[in-house]
Amino acid sequence: MRAGAALALPRRAALALALFVVAMLALPLVVNSYIVSVLVVILFASYFGQAWNIVTGFAGQLSLGHALYVGLGAYTAAALFTHWGVLPWIGMLAGVVVAGAAGALIAALSFRFRVGGVYFALLTIAFAEFTRILFDHFGWVGGASGLFLPVSSRAGADLLHLRGSPVMFYYLLLALTLGALTLTHHLLRRRIGYYWQAIREDEEAAQALGIDVFRYKVAAMALSAAMTSVGGAFLAFYENNLYPDTVFAIGRSIEIITAPIIGGLGTLFGPVLGAFVLTTLGEAMTSLSSGFELNGLKQWCYGAALLLIVALQPAGVWPWLRARLGIAEVRR
Amino acid sequence: MLYLNIIVAGLLTGAVYGLMALGLSVIFGVIRVVNFAHGEMMVVGMYAAWLIASRTGLDPIAALPLVTAGLFLLGYALQRVLINRYIARPEHEQFLLLLAVATIITASLLMGFGPDARNVQLDYAYDSYQLGPLLLDKVRVLAAAGAVLGVAALWAFFKLTRTGKAIRACADNQTGAQVVGLDVKRLYAVTFGIGAACVGAAGCLMLLLIDVQPYIATDYTLLAFIIVILGGLGSMPGALLGGLLVGVSEALSGFVVDPSLKSAFSFALLILVLLVRPQGLLGRA
Repeated sequence: MRAGAALALPRRAALALALFVVAMLALPLVVNSYIVSVLVVILFASYFGQAWNIVTGFAGQLSLGHALYVGLGAYTAAALFTHWGVLPWIGMLAGVVVAGAAGALIAALSFRFRVGGVYFALLTIAFAEFTRILFDHFGWVGGASGLFLPVSSRAGADLLHLRGSPVMFYYLLLALTLGALTLTHHLLRRRIGYYWQAIREDEEAAQALGIDVFRYKVAAMALSAAMTSVGGAFLAFYENNLYPDTVFAIGRSIEIITAPIIGGLGTLFGPVLGAFVLTTLGEAMTSLSSGFELNGLKQWCYGAALLLIVALQPAGVWPWLRARLGIAEVRR
Repeated sequence: MLYLNIIVAGLLTGAVYGLMALGLSVIFGVIRVVNFAHGEMMVVGMYAAWLIASRTGLDPIAALPLVTAGLFLLGYALQRVLINRYIARPEHEQFLLLLAVATIITASLLMGFGPDARNVQLDYAYDSYQLGPLLLDKVRVLAAAGAVLGVAALWAFFKLTRTGKAIRACADNQTGAQVVGLDVKRLYAVTFGIGAACVGAAGCLMLLLIDVQPYIATDYTLLAFIIVILGGLGSMPGALLGGLLVGVSEALSGFVVDPSLKSAFSFALLILVLLVRPQGLLGRA
């Protein structure tokens, strides 16, 4: 098989992707700072969703505790920076190691003891919540009262120390998202990607075919965790403050997984589209409901919109949109 | 002696936890759907009891039958209208559906009652019973007694009534149940209603022990998960055992270590059990 031909995108898909990239590159030049901050939120959600999509969308193991890896990445990079002045990029690598090891350990423990399905999902929540409470009492990183990065000017762009404007973070996250898109596209065309999909579709059959199911499931979790932690490190340097109760929150885990499910679980572009849909929806609800002095209106509309999407497009918005646009995202 | 008192208090609270988790366990055991809106349903029960208590002055325990019946209808309708379409769908779609339901419930409660904590004033709130060396809070004893009665009623329903037996048949073999002519759709709706009723009754009893506020729901959804997994998803005695274990573990760790660490101990217990005995303490392999 010629690798080049197999990895190439169909023409319409390539065109659509190019348009998307150009639009995203140009956007910060024409929109105001509020829109940029919303776009940053969207890109964070896309990237986390893409990372989560690897373990759940491709390898079929439902993880509900990905806030754990966001938190490990964020805290590792931020603590090394504030305590010893370690460069964020090196701290990020340390975070990748910590989170990747945590992901591999949790996966290995679970799968070795044949914990699967719903039990695995709840175990991932348990580890995330357990770690959140531990960090609440972990004095070296500030405990429950939080860890703060020295605030610097929000202008300019100091890439080495990751200090700069939201626009700088926007471009960094755009690069990260496109990088994740490329990585997953390539992985899916490699042996490991096919193995993951085989495990997702029928684990016993995959095992019978001689696939080392345990090893590939652990690999999916470790990769997903490591990728998530990179986003976590950027989050720490973007927000400049970290509290265990928000960084490791179960609410964050749920946010991470909602976008890819809405967009289309197990598709390449689904997490990105889902992030756009959900974040825009949330912002629209906020501005619409701000006219009314009523608690809970925003959440109510958000919940109703989720219900509508899961009722109308249970497989996600991207597969539907893709069919409308006539784009064949290479077979999944 | 102090420790014995704390353990007993934990057991009493744990009985209410057990009743709450039983609802989750029954729903999963029969319909195979994880009810991610379980804590939210309990909070609905708590607000219903609070509303009745504050309007009519009725004790939450006296309001319990009414609230339980209301929650049964809510659960029945929810299963019939919404969840039934998703029982054969992938886990993540069910998750999203129930997440949407949970979000709407919490938002509705926020709209109706606001974010402030509410409680009921009981004239016996500080009474206690002296039993040899044991000193038992009256509210805790009442709550636990209510929970034990609830569990007993449920057990009798599943063992003695035709509907209860039919539901157990559905849980054992859905196709077989359909073949012998059981109305599986209706039985599933009854089951979800029963699960909701359990958690509604538990909500009334919890109102004796804690204040109610819309945002506590997630914590109790998680707590219910911990309990049923400890005991074994789908096992009724397991849910009760899990509830008692978590009650004691919370009480002890809150006293010996630090109240803010009590849920860390519950999660540690869960991780330990999942790794040593993944099917839960009383679950079938």
